[in-house]
Amino acid sequence: MTWLASHFNYVVVVILMMAGLFIVFSSGNLIKRMIGLAMFQTSTGLFYITLSKVSGGTAAITLKADSETGRALAAPLDPAYVAQFGVDGVVYSNPLPHVLILTAIVVGVATLAVGLAIAVRVREAYGTVEADEIDALSRVAAEQAEPAP
Amino acid sequence: MVEALHWIGGAFIVAGALLSILGAVGVLRFPDVYTRIHAASLTDTGGATLMLLGMGFLSPLGFVTLKLLLVWGFVMLTSPAAANALANAAYGAGVRPRIGTFQIMGDDKPGPASSGDGAAS
Amino acid sequence: MSTPILDASFALNVALLLMLVAIAFAVVRTRSLLAAILLMSVYSLASAAWLMVADAADVAFTEAVVGAGVSTIVLLGAILLARGETERVNWKLMIVPGVLAAVVGGVLIYAASGLPNYGDPASPANSHVGRAYLEATYRDIGAPNVVTAVLASYRGFDTLGETVVIFAACIGVALMLGFGSRATLAPPTEIPNDQHVVLRVVAKLLIPLIVLFAFYVQFHGDLGAGGGFQAGVIMAVAIILHALVFGLRATMAAVPVSLARSVAALGVVVYAGVGIVCIINGGGFLDYDYLFSPRVEAMIPANLLGDPNHVHHWGQHFGILFIEIGVLLTVSATIVTMFYGFAGRTIETIEAERRT
Repeated sequence: MTWLASHFNYVVVVILMMAGLFIVFSSGNLIKRMIGLAMFQTSTGLFYITLSKVSGGTAAITLKADSETGRALAAPLDPAYVAQFGVDGVVYSNPLPHVLILTAIVVGVATLAVGLAIAVRVREAYGTVEADEIDALSRVAAEQAEPAP
Repeated sequence: MVEALHWIGGAFIVAGALLSILGAVGVLRFPDVYTRIHAASLTDTGGATLMLLGMGFLSPLGFVTLKLLLVWGFVMLTSPAAANALANAAYGAGVRPRIGTFQIMGDDKPGPASSGDGAAS
Repeated sequence: MSTPILDASFALNVALLLMLVAIAFAVVRTRSLLAAILLMSVYSLASAAWLMVADAADVAFTEAVVGAGVSTIVLLGAILLARGETERVNWKLMIVPGVLAAVVGGVLIYAASGLPNYGDPASPANSHVGRAYLEATYRDIGAPNVVTAVLASYRGFDTLGETVVIFAACIGVALMLGFGSRATLAPPTEIPNDQHVVLRVVAKLLIPLIVLFAFYVQFHGDLGAGGGFQAGVIMAVAIILHALVFGLRATMAAVPVSLARSVAALGVVVYAGVGIVCIINGGGFLDYDYLFSPRVEAMIPANLLGDPNHVHHWGQHFGILFIEIGVLLTVSATIVTMFYGFAGRTIETIEAERRT
């Protein structure tokens, strides 16, 4: 049970990832697939931020340990803990994954827009966004394009 | 004194959370779009106001209280506008209220007769 | 291992994650695309709340603006253009993906049991490079926000690459959907009646404030949560709000299409230009300590940041400022161009259908 308490975040991340993957594989609608892909991308962001959290820590904006906020943050913590894991008297969460995920989110929405632009052009060319109808229409078009031997 | 302010602030935050839950229950239980918009806007105006008031009690008087006041002003400005936009969109899409009637520019637009209860405005 | 305060924030963490799982299941089950898009908007807002609980202030900021704002707008534009309403459900297609997802999920959860506990301060990820950045930032750069310092200075080259990726996405969408300039050929919208007066008044009040807030977030990026990415998205959202309330023609008169696409390119030029100036002055690419030649640096007044006795790294301060401006230009212009592409095509397709 304690395993579930300490690894709960990872279980949820895997569930969200699999939900996104299921949408991508099982849905025939191109736009629903893009939504599933977006869910997959944000779940990996959740995974990185889970790895970076330090219990008792605060956001990675350095502040002075003898200011009011610094004292309020250090009050509920064990002084030995703060001395071992803190930087200049304040415990921070790891900022490096935050950097990675921040740009990943903005790049994710940019690529979502590109994918949706492709879906819009597919709709204009074939008249539908369902993958199996597009398959059938393109097969018909290919058969009409080359003469049967 | 500070302890009393903390308890008062906490009570306000809990009250705001309860109001938000009531708003959510209203969205699920109310019969048509317009009444649901009314219930949902309760979450923003009532719930958020009480919670911001509670947060104002919990923090020392200073810059933080000013920021909370500005946030409250912003919420009061935007969430009724959003509710108005939703109601406008519903009206423009042709949704008419299931209970009661509309009085717009003097025309009385009756609700659909199939609603069954025939409630007058 | 002493466990400092974990309980209240852990309960909040569990509650928010369960909300995310419930929303994800709703998105999987729903057949209406509009419902799925609005559920994704709520999902982004709930993830932003979870990110704040996990002490990721900058990321929560970005997720709230990007996920709940821009992503929803782009998806709504797509289903408008693609006339998508519901998806057709084929039950036979769901068995194999369901089994696959269950098997892969099971393997991943088994593998995740080897990962460090949530909040472990001694995990390898939190011990070596992360701690080094926390300790070195005040000494090397002098900015309080470590995330901005790492993003803009220590890992500045990666951020240049990501800015170029965003610009490439702008070009990609524009090549496929057009720049939307034919929207200006559409007939002007009729005089708005009093039905939308509340929206127009509130939008007129809010748009200048949103732009001002975008600049605030931009320039306070190294002091608190913020930076170029968030500011760029907020600026673009202000312009999109104007287009939604006042019509695309009015917005294109204010922010022309040619301006948007040149500003997107200008942002990348500014960013790379800062790197090249550093090379000219004798350092490496994007090595901000060489941004100013010593003669220029002597001209900067010592009390510019209010504390004349403290040694300031002027190159770092100004280098981060300039590249964040580059990021702001590219990100805002990209999102505006993408919106123009989607929205402009709507008018085009309506015109085309009216003609046929």
